[in-house]
Amino acid sequence: MADSKLNTLEYDASLCNRCGLCAAVCPHRVFQNGDSAARLVNPDSCMECGACALNCETGAIKVDSSVGCAQAMMLAALLRKKEPTCC
Amino acid sequence: MGQTTWKLTTAEKLVHLLARLGIRRNDWRVRPGLYRLGNPAPDSPVFVSANYILSFDALREALDGIDGYILVLDTKGINVWCAAGKGSFGTDELVERIEKTSLADEVETRRVMVPQLGATGVCARDVRKRSGFKVDFGPVRAEDIPEFIRNGKATEAMRTVRYDIRDRAVLIPVEGKQGIPLAGGLMLAAYLGDGSIAALGIGSAAAAGLVAFPLLMPWVPGKDFSTKGFVLGGAVAAATAAATVLADDGTSLGWRLGKAASYLLAFPALTSFIALNWTGASTFTSPTGVRKEINRYVPVMAVMGASGIITNVAQRLLRSRKG
Repeated sequence: MADSKLNTLEYDASLCNRCGLCAAVCPHRVFQNGDSAARLVNPDSCMECGACALNCETGAIKVDSSVGCAQAMMLAALLRKKEPTCC
Repeated sequence: MGQTTWKLTTAEKLVHLLARLGIRRNDWRVRPGLYRLGNPAPDSPVFVSANYILSFDALREALDGIDGYILVLDTKGINVWCAAGKGSFGTDELVERIEKTSLADEVETRRVMVPQLGATGVCARDVRKRSGFKVDFGPVRAEDIPEFIRNGKATEAMRTVRYDIRDRAVLIPVEGKQGIPLAGGLMLAAYLGDGSIAALGIGSAAAAGLVAFPLLMPWVPGKDFSTKGFVLGGAVAAATAAATVLADDGTSLGWRLGKAASYLLAFPALTSFIALNWTGASTFTSPTGVRKEINRYVPVMAVMGASGIITNVAQRLLRSRKG
């Protein structure tokens, strides 16, 4: 289950090894360093860029990352392409 | 190894202006490779950048007085964040560029600083495993690097991407460029069909999406890009409709009301569609959110736009039959 209704971010704190990278790389401060595990403090602000999940060693973070651009997505739908590509 | 400087030349500043205007945007590429910045020692820091001129130059300028190396990746002329999203600013390219430039022989340090936004494409542990270089994720903006180095850590503000009015304003020319022919075509069609009030109205509806929307984004009522676009387009439509109805141009009130109705339908759809397209140039929209927005509002826009055109054509046909 995603942690927010607005995006696909899923976090399992029990897998966290406190490397701190998610809190470092998130441009919207969705994660914060915590005492026993990283804390998900701002799930609704996730823009699904995927930086945290890519750098999470233990697989505690999952997110469907893609391009959040309407033009690219509409073009992909029109051309029946699976993945929208931007610029 | 190339050599570069902290100070930008006048010619380079001119290139920035052209790049900002979207003129020959894809030509302004930096040659990928390793550059000396100032007079670095073997243990000086290595900064990773994209081969988009504005990315590379922002870094050079921000590092004023700091000796080091800049490792430019081949991102096909695209900025760090966008390139990271597609993976061209990514683990593979970074590892390969480290090998191609023999970085391990050129420098003593075994660390590279990657911009925070590059983390979307760069997996730090894979880079270390494959190249032996440890990745330090620097701040979002190059201008914060000197303070980041001095303090040895980033503040919350340095780690947060922003989207303030200046960030939005600089994007207007390059984003608006593709809208100008569309706006011009619509204005011409409106002028030939309905006259100067309609042309001014539809031009303003387009400008509301291309210019007013990015500038006023946080203050326009509405929870997403499309609704904010409907609000702005609605305001333009209301003004144009009022001007049309009030204009005593010798036509009957019924015809003028018909024209006004067509503007009230079509203009908000146009502005809203342009506003929706700003999602690609924003710093916070998620694909999930944008997909929802497309599914919810694009059909509404299509129906409104089509009804507006049908209303306009219908009143014209009625008029010509009576006339």
